[in-house]
Amino acid sequence: MSTLTSPASEDAFVAQQFDDIEQQREAAKLGMWIFLATEVLFFGGLFLGYTIYRFTYGQIFVETSRRLDVLLGGSNTAVLLVSSLLMAFAVRAAKLDQRRMLTWLLIGTALLGCVFMSIKGVEYHKDYVDHLVPGRHFDWHGADPRSAELFFWIYFAMTGLHAIHVTVGIGVMLVLALLAWFGKFSHGNHNTVEIAGLYWHFVDIVWVFLFPLLYLVGHR
Amino acid sequence: MDQFRLFPPQASTTSHEVDALFFALTLISLFFMAVIFLPIIFFSVKYRRGSPADRSNPRSGSFLIESGWTIGPIFLSLGLFAWGAVAYFRIERRPENAIDVEVVGRQWMWKLQHAEGKREINELHVPLNSTVAMTMTSQDVIHSFFIPAFRVKQDVVPGKYTGEWFKPTRTGEYHIFCAQYCGTQHSRMIGRVVVMEPAAYERWLKSGEPTESIVQTGERLFRDRGCSGCHAPNSQFHAPLLQGLYRNPVPLANGTMVTADDQYLRDSILQPGKQITAGYQNIMPSFAGHLSEEEIMQLIAYLKYIGNQPPPSQE
Amino acid sequence: MVSDATEIDIKTAGEFARENYLSVHHGVGSWLLTKDHKRIGLLYLFTILIFFLIASIAAALMRIELVTPQPKLVTSETYNKLFTIHGVLMVWFFLIPSIPTVLGNFVLPMMIGARDVAFPKLNLMSWYIFVAGGALALWSLVHGGVDTGWTFYTPYSTTYANTHVISMAAGVFVAGFSTIITGMNFMVTTHKMRAPGLTWFRLPLFVWSLYATSLIMVLATPVLAITLALISVERFWGVGIFDPKLGGDPVLFQHLFWFYSHPAVYIMILPGMGVISELITCFSRKPIYGYVWVGSASMAIAVLGFLVWGHHMFVSSQSVYAGMVFSILSFLVAVPSGIKVFNWTATLRKGSIHFATPMLYALGFIGLFTIGGLTGLFLAALAVDVHVHDTYFVIAHFHYIMVGGMVMAFMGGLHYWWPKISGRLYPELAGKLAATITFIGFNLTFFPQFILGYLGQPRRYHVYPPEFQIYHVLSTAGASILGVGYLMPLIYFIWAWKHGRVAGPNPWRATGLEWQTPSPPPEHNFEQTPVVTGPPYSYSAEKDVDLDLASI
Ligand code: HEA
Ligand code: HEA
Ligand code: HEC
Ligand code: CUA
Ligand SMILES: [Cu+2]
Repeated sequence: MSTLTSPASEDAFVAQQFDDIEQQREAAKLGMWIFLATEVLFFGGLFLGYTIYRFTYGQIFVETSRRLDVLLGGSNTAVLLVSSLLMAFAVRAAKLDQRRMLTWLLIGTALLGCVFMSIKGVEYHKDYVDHLVPGRHFDWHGADPRSAELFFWIYFAMTGLHAIHVTVGIGVMLVLALLAWFGKFSHGNHNTVEIAGLYWHFVDIVWVFLFPLLYLVGHR
Repeated sequence: MDQFRLFPPQASTTSHEVDALFFALTLISLFFMAVIFLPIIFFSVKYRRGSPADRSNPRSGSFLIESGWTIGPIFLSLGLFAWGAVAYFRIERRPENAIDVEVVGRQWMWKLQHAEGKREINELHVPLNSTVAMTMTSQDVIHSFFIPAFRVKQDVVPGKYTGEWFKPTRTGEYHIFCAQYCGTQHSRMIGRVVVMEPAAYERWLKSGEPTESIVQTGERLFRDRGCSGCHAPNSQFHAPLLQGLYRNPVPLANGTMVTADDQYLRDSILQPGKQITAGYQNIMPSFAGHLSEEEIMQLIAYLKYIGNQPPPSQE
Repeated sequence: MVSDATEIDIKTAGEFARENYLSVHHGVGSWLLTKDHKRIGLLYLFTILIFFLIASIAAALMRIELVTPQPKLVTSETYNKLFTIHGVLMVWFFLIPSIPTVLGNFVLPMMIGARDVAFPKLNLMSWYIFVAGGALALWSLVHGGVDTGWTFYTPYSTTYANTHVISMAAGVFVAGFSTIITGMNFMVTTHKMRAPGLTWFRLPLFVWSLYATSLIMVLATPVLAITLALISVERFWGVGIFDPKLGGDPVLFQHLFWFYSHPAVYIMILPGMGVISELITCFSRKPIYGYVWVGSASMAIAVLGFLVWGHHMFVSSQSVYAGMVFSILSFLVAVPSGIKVFNWTATLRKGSIHFATPMLYALGFIGLFTIGGLTGLFLAALAVDVHVHDTYFVIAHFHYIMVGGMVMAFMGGLHYWWPKISGRLYPELAGKLAATITFIGFNLTFFPQFILGYLGQPRRYHVYPPEFQIYHVLSTAGASILGVGYLMPLIYFIWAWKHGRVAGPNPWRATGLEWQTPSPPPEHNFEQTPVVTGPPYSYSAEKDVDLDLASI
């Protein structure tokens, strides 16, 4: 649909090392995919640790998992899924050159990210009050407190790393929203929005894996 | 000064096995070096720039030749792998009817104890031509128990038991090295194995202060540390009897089964909540921090001793 | 006269390109803010040389210390810090970035006829990240060092070492991101920026090898990053993921570490193999024998390399069956390396072999890599590894590959592309001499270590039994010769920068695209984008040219 824009205006966005906008677009997209592959392996180390200890300390992991709040975790899953939907619409809006729409969709995505972080914060606070944060205050009445602590370490490491990614994503969305407002993405230059979208979907997918592994193992 | 040597002494059954493979690998390596280096030298001379050699019709590849030097090494690899694997399997499998030695590594010394109770530090006396099997653990970082003359080595890992065995074939003194980097004095964590004639070994074992055997120490600990308060037939606590336990399957509360090996016994003492025996409450306290690694090994030696006895008729 | 096969325009030979990437901008700022891949390559060269120097001084100190069985020069604590800093700097701050970031950055875009890499800004950023990581590593060095060995094994590194483990791990962590960015950049560049007509099977083999390397960089490095992050967190807050006292498993750390570090050893050899393919063809004036096989072998090594990490853990208490699987896979990963060696050898046949300096390094590479690789088979053979694990046999194995292989290749490549980089030739006679000295010194340093290792000398030993002394003395003698072999090029490269003979665009009459532009190249590499019409390495040995190097 973006064929209405003239080639001349597209050329303005082409960096010197590229021949045309098409090449530049493809390069950026491929770069993002490769980056996401590295991210998968980055989280992969933690997933591997989780899997191994899940097998060694199966019973305890089930019990500890029950202490997590499935309701909060579940609503957070919903929040992220909706935000991904908004992101997908944002990419569409960028392609259709709808400046206002794009700005609002990006802000909406960022807002949902903030909602996610707030719910996460409430959860972390609850864990703290319940003495579930590993370390000196950790207090576990039940079999094998050491393994329980290990579960919470992994829980905090994984969700913490994910939260960092969400935070970065929120920042990116807000910057993009600002740029969008000032018309940076008009005339077919929607590439940046598209690759930021890839990132956001990735962050969403990681959560979709974390949620069952951490929250649902205790529930049949 | 010690004499100049090219090759370590061969002082155990394993050393012959390992050396045989080593020589085979050396031969194969020499073969490949010949196959590669001789042509390089030959071509370098014959086709040096300006030489009158015939350079017409050069080839830039041939499927047949390429497949040849792909498939050849694959088959050779499989053979070498199998050889190494068979020997490795024998090295890693703990043999039956061996002389037991318990080893605890710590920064930076080896503490050893024979089944008869005799203790040694950084030294290990063993009789000629008998199989000696060690059970090892570490109380701090990872170490590795290495006897070059026997071609054996095994990491000694905190929190778990590893084993190593050998059958000496030559009397003499040989090095023990700690092969896994373990901190400042890693290179001083060394010792020696003394391989003795069996009669001399018996004499050595009986020399010095009379000691109680490991099982006896374990039995004493079992009483003194209060294990027997729960794990005795007439205890008021509901705890399992430990006779007939060792190497037998144990049903767990979560419905699975495990075999009661050394590691299981160890975990039962240190992390009783990790695997709860079916039909019992998780009331056993953890003894982590209250028992030294040696004491745990002694207790386990005792548990193994009674564990090999028939289980008592049901109370 | 030039042969028609090479199709090189040598009208401008002997001329120094005045308007080039070095002369267009001036001042420190123009270097620190450059987005030119060529300048970034030089920035990297300068940086990694500093790390190589520091790590070499550590090696020299270790070798001097080991002349006598008892301590003489340093305490055990210092010795342990020396091999740690030597290993960490050599691996992460010298060898991994060496060929990719210097030669790769410099020639990859030119080889595929591009004006720059796909993401020049990221490229510059990766250098800054690298410098930041290096600064952190140096910070911990200056503040007392680290004594864990380059392998950071837990629980020593997390609980018992009282040195600056966190800052060192952070340094490596940060540098890892620069590796990831470089790998990503190279992959995208190779996919999307090739000149018209340059199909995948017309790519120079150096490009293939860099592509395979990038694949590993991108997929393995993040695992190292998370592992190092976990160590730091564990050390700082007492997390129990690896500490047995807290219920963790120290062997899990080893799995994670080697899951990265084994593929990483192929990051450290594949680029070298790529360079050798360029050198062997150019100096025997022949197309490579078995192009497709050599190229695919790089990819096979990269992929299979991910499946063999457990061969570092045969005596770590991992299961016997796991050990067997890792052993057989290690043997299989050796097969593609063999394919390469055989094809290089076959390339020499019916060639017209010029023994220029780069070629001497290339031949040295083949010899030393083969020995190092074959001893890798000893290590992969389970029962033998039980004996030689963590002895000097392993030390000798990897120095044969990393120093005898990769450093040789780096030197060869540096000599080969130096005329392109600087526009001037290095002194050929001095070059040949340095190559020969390096080769001799190298063998004297590391061959005795094979014997030493089989005798049972463990690695990371500050004091050792006196019967091992003779081999240590030989090794140290070799290291002094080797040191001279490294210092010579350093001196004459600097000299040649100003005073070397002007090289012209293509002193080697080589066929790669990077030679079809002036030396030093203009800022955007080519006056106009080249079009490729045929396969690479269209050399002809029958109609050979005289390279006229004797008079340099
Ligand atoms: C650039 C670095 C590099 C490379 C390329 C390699 C390549 C190989 N390595 Fe090496 N290795 C290291 C660097 C490297 N290694 C380092 C740094 C360590 C120690 C880490 C530490 O503990 O600090 C190590 C340790 C190490 C070990 C663990 C030893 C131990 O700690 O006990 C093993 C075990 O299998 C091993 C095997 C191999 C094999 C099989 C190859 C193969 O890829 C080699 C393939 C090449 C050839 C085989 C030669 C050419 C082939 C032929 C001529 C054809 C004939 C072939 C056949 C018959 C198959 N290496
Ligand atoms: C990756 C690249 C790389 C490179 C290039 C080198 C280069 C060298 N290495 Fe390195 N080495 C490693 C990687 C590398 N190493 C790794 C990963 C380890 C394992 C670390 C660990 O266990 O954690 C190791 C360990 C290691 C050890 C084992 C230490 C131990 O376990 O106790 C030794 C011992 O000889 C050694 C020696 C050398 C030497 C002599 C060189 C030479 O090539 C260096 C040549 C340079 C000089 C010698 C300096 C310049 C010369 C002079 C200033 C002249 C005067 C010199 C003398 C009088 C000697 N190295
Ligand atoms: C307070 C009572 C109590 C004390 C003291 C006690 N135990 Fe136990 N022990 C139990 C109970 C109850 C079980 C079964 C539940 C479980 O597996 O945790 C058990 C299980 C075991 C098991 C696993 C048995 C099986 O059938 O699987 C072993 C081994 C064991 N204890 C050894 C010891 C040793 C050794 C000591 C002393 C150092 C000791 N126990 C002290 C109560 C006790
Ligand atoms: Cu103990 Cu090294
Ligand atoms: Cu490896």
